[in-house]
Amino acid sequence: MIKVLFFARIRDQVGCAELDVELPDMVDNIDGLTGVIKAQGAAFEEALSDPNLLIAVNQEMAGGQTTVEDGDEIAYFPPVTGG
Amino acid sequence: MPTETEKAPSSAIQIRVEPRDFELGVEYESLRRRSSASGAIVAFTGLVRDFNAAGSLAGIILEHYPAMTIKSLYAIAEQAMAKWQLEAVTIVHRVGRLESHDQIVLVGVSARHRDAAFDGARFIMDYLKTEAPFWKKEVSEAGGEEWVDAKDSDQRARDRW
Repeated sequence: MIKVLFFARIRDQVGCAELDVELPDMVDNIDGLTGVIKAQGAAFEEALSDPNLLIAVNQEMAGGQTTVEDGDEIAYFPPVTGG
Repeated sequence: MPTETEKAPSSAIQIRVEPRDFELGVEYESLRRRSSASGAIVAFTGLVRDFNAAGSLAGIILEHYPAMTIKSLYAIAEQAMAKWQLEAVTIVHRVGRLESHDQIVLVGVSARHRDAAFDGARFIMDYLKTEAPFWKKEVSEAGGEEWVDAKDSDQRARDRW
C-alpha cells in the first residue's frame, strides 16, 4: 500500500487530503503512480496534470522517474509559498 | 495544534515550526549563547502584509507538510552552515491563522564576520521561500480565501546562489 498525500490547492481540487493506493505490479515509479491516481476521476486527472505540480517521495523532492515502493509516502503539492 | 521542535545534538541548528509567536530578543540571546567564536549575528523577521495586488487583507492561513518541513529546513540550514562556516542557525516558522502585521518567520545566523552572516541569512530565506513545504492562503477583509501563487522573483532570488 502507498500512502498518498495532497496539500494546499491540490488538496482542494481533488477533495481529499489522503488516499491509500494499491500499487499495481507493473508500476514502479512516480509517473506510473500518478497515472493510477488520475484514473480515479476527473478531479484527480485535472489536479495532477498541473505543469507546476511538485512531488515528494518519503519527504524528499522527487521526479517522474523516481522509484516508488510499497510502504512509501508520496505527496503532491503546488509550488511552495512560505516565509 | 501540535508543536514540532528539533534540535541538533550540538544545538548549533535550532528549528521550530509552530503556531506560537516568537520573541526576537529571546532568539537573539539564544543565538549569542551558541556563538562563542562569532563576531556577527544577523536576524531576519518576515511579517504578514496587510495588502496584496487586489486590496487589503485581514490575514493569512499557513499550511505545511509537517513530516517534511523540519527535514527541509534542516537541510537548508546545514547547507548554509557549510557554505559560510556559520556557527549557529535558528529558524522559527509559524503556521495556522495569522493576522496582518503578525510575525511569520525568523532566520538568525552567527558567523565570524558580517559578510558571511548576511549572506548566510539571505541564502536560508531564499531557499526557505522556494523549497520548504509551506503554503499561504490570503484572507480578505470580506472573509474570502485565496491561495497565494508562487512568485518568479522568489525563484530568481534563489537561483543567484
